[in-house]
Amino acid sequence: MSDSTVNTNGDYVNFYQYKGKHSGILGWLLSVDHKRIGLLYLGSMVLFFLVGMTLGFFMRLEMWNPGQDVMGPQTYNALFTLHGIIMIFLVIIPGIPAGFGNFFLPIQIGAEDVSFPRLNLLSWYLYTIGGLLAVASLFLSGGPIDTGWTFYAPYSLRTGTEVIMPLMAAFILGFSSILTGVNFVTTVHRLRAPGMTFFKMPLFIWALYSTAWIQIIGTPIIGITILLVIVERLFGVGLFDPAMGGDPILFQHLFWIYSHPAVYIMILPAMGVVSEIIPTFSRKTIFGYGAIAVSSIAIAFVGTLVWGHHMFTSGMSDESRWVYSFLTFIVALPSGVKIFNWVATMYKGSIKAETPFLYVMAFIFLFSIGGLTGLVLGSLATDVHLHDTYFVVAHFHYVMFGGTIFIFFAALHYWFPKMFGKMYNTKIANIALAIMVVGFNMLYFTFFILGYLGMPRRYYDYLPEFQGMHQFATVGSWVLIAGILLMFTNLFLGLKNGKKAGNNPWGGMTLEWTVPSPPPLLNFKKIPTVKYGPYEYEHYDEVTKNVN
Amino acid sequence: MSYTDTNEGKIAHAHDPRYGINVMIWITLLSLTVITIAVAGLDLGNYTLLVAMFIAAIKSGFVINYFMHIRFEDLLFKLFIAGVIMVLLVVFVLTALDVFLR
Repeated sequence: MSDSTVNTNGDYVNFYQYKGKHSGILGWLLSVDHKRIGLLYLGSMVLFFLVGMTLGFFMRLEMWNPGQDVMGPQTYNALFTLHGIIMIFLVIIPGIPAGFGNFFLPIQIGAEDVSFPRLNLLSWYLYTIGGLLAVASLFLSGGPIDTGWTFYAPYSLRTGTEVIMPLMAAFILGFSSILTGVNFVTTVHRLRAPGMTFFKMPLFIWALYSTAWIQIIGTPIIGITILLVIVERLFGVGLFDPAMGGDPILFQHLFWIYSHPAVYIMILPAMGVVSEIIPTFSRKTIFGYGAIAVSSIAIAFVGTLVWGHHMFTSGMSDESRWVYSFLTFIVALPSGVKIFNWVATMYKGSIKAETPFLYVMAFIFLFSIGGLTGLVLGSLATDVHLHDTYFVVAHFHYVMFGGTIFIFFAALHYWFPKMFGKMYNTKIANIALAIMVVGFNMLYFTFFILGYLGMPRRYYDYLPEFQGMHQFATVGSWVLIAGILLMFTNLFLGLKNGKKAGNNPWGGMTLEWTVPSPPPLLNFKKIPTVKYGPYEYEHYDEVTKNVN
Repeated sequence: MSYTDTNEGKIAHAHDPRYGINVMIWITLLSLTVITIAVAGLDLGNYTLLVAMFIAAIKSGFVINYFMHIRFEDLLFKLFIAGVIMVLLVVFVLTALDVFLR
């Protein structure tokens, strides 16, 4: 192995400084280094997140008064559809695995790169093409798609808006996701450092590994379903349209067979990040390592079987409804295992309440509300009352935003010093978090009440008695956006002018904290031999004494 | 990175061309496709789907074992395939629970 960590003068060279075949912008666009690809993903996702957030801002603005304020019903329909497509397919699903997973998976298992670096770059290009197609579909003659991100048939077969291009975008994004999954499974099996058995892997890797399997098994199903909708639109085959003998509930089955497990593609990596941050800031071995690792696999498996709970009011058979309801409750068990183990890890730990840890605390609070209201929706009787109301919107924003996105932000603050070698202003970061938590609850907790009272989702208009709560929620969206912008500005200033960060500013024990910040091209001067588990703090000095 | 590529030799071996077998499998697959089309013309009532799925399963078995080389791979790969097939079966059963009892 050639030494890529030093230049000809013997000075240390990080992966930003390393001179490869290409330089400048091409040095990024043609790089197969997993760290650069991870950063390309992160940059793209932040950009798409800001677009999705802007769409959400305008949706809330429209809800200030009953009736039409700033847009008509057709524009509102297009806005919530694109908000969903962008946030789900372009931000939350690839979010943590493609961004932080790409950057840290090889380093955490002691490898130089992923198994298929070129395939990795191809994944990013497919992701970018898919994203651009989704945005370009806005400007086609038919007008922006108005089906909702679920593309339910038969409406998606009959609407006059542009459906095929955004469907193709989702299809291509799916390919990107599959390739990342294949790459991660292979990397975990074949490139672990000597001594790193499966049960010595960091829990983030367990989470990525479980996620990768869902990506591989589930994503082709949505790909085929999308193709079937395109074929039916183009050739009138009659698969899902009841007017032509098709079965629209079959579309819902096929859609949710992927899209419910996709929820676990979104949340499992976030849970992995939480399992990294809590022991680091509690300076204590994680409680129940094996239980947390296996619960990731259990969530991935059981989560694959519960898709029908999205369809309780669709007209499917009664037998199916209670079976899916029962299976849904089972998912709460491994999820509960994780939450209890995290809390037990903190018990009697030497807790340092730094920014990433505070994000995790916000996550546990918000995700618990999201998870428990999921049980309300998983119960057949209450679901019939709450289906397609703001209660559902509140539930999945608590899980997806309060869960995955808050942990995406936590990961950004946790690994920022490692990725960029600089530190942000932690005081401002904490203030931004506080503002976000207040704004988040003003916005989405109000949705629970609105939904319980009968406010249907996806309507640009509402009854006058809901106005007060809608306005309160809209003010909450402004507070939330202010917090998010403050957080990004603070990180940007940290990137530009931040103090130099040490190699291990938080006192972490996983392998990324044993390499310099930012890491060198091939991560390690010498591939490490792993002797201890990732959170055995009794061996902290031995593990971290020599920065590689 | 030689320390991890312990299966390198086996993989190289698994990619040895076996043209004879591959051509035979290809012809078998084509024949099964012809049978699928022929059977579609018969009125088998409720068994139509079952027969079509049965033939498709046989074809998949040939593709997985020979064209995807799983027959010549480590036990780990076979376990993965078995796991995925189990998930697929459960998905079929759960969907059928709705389709047939609705």
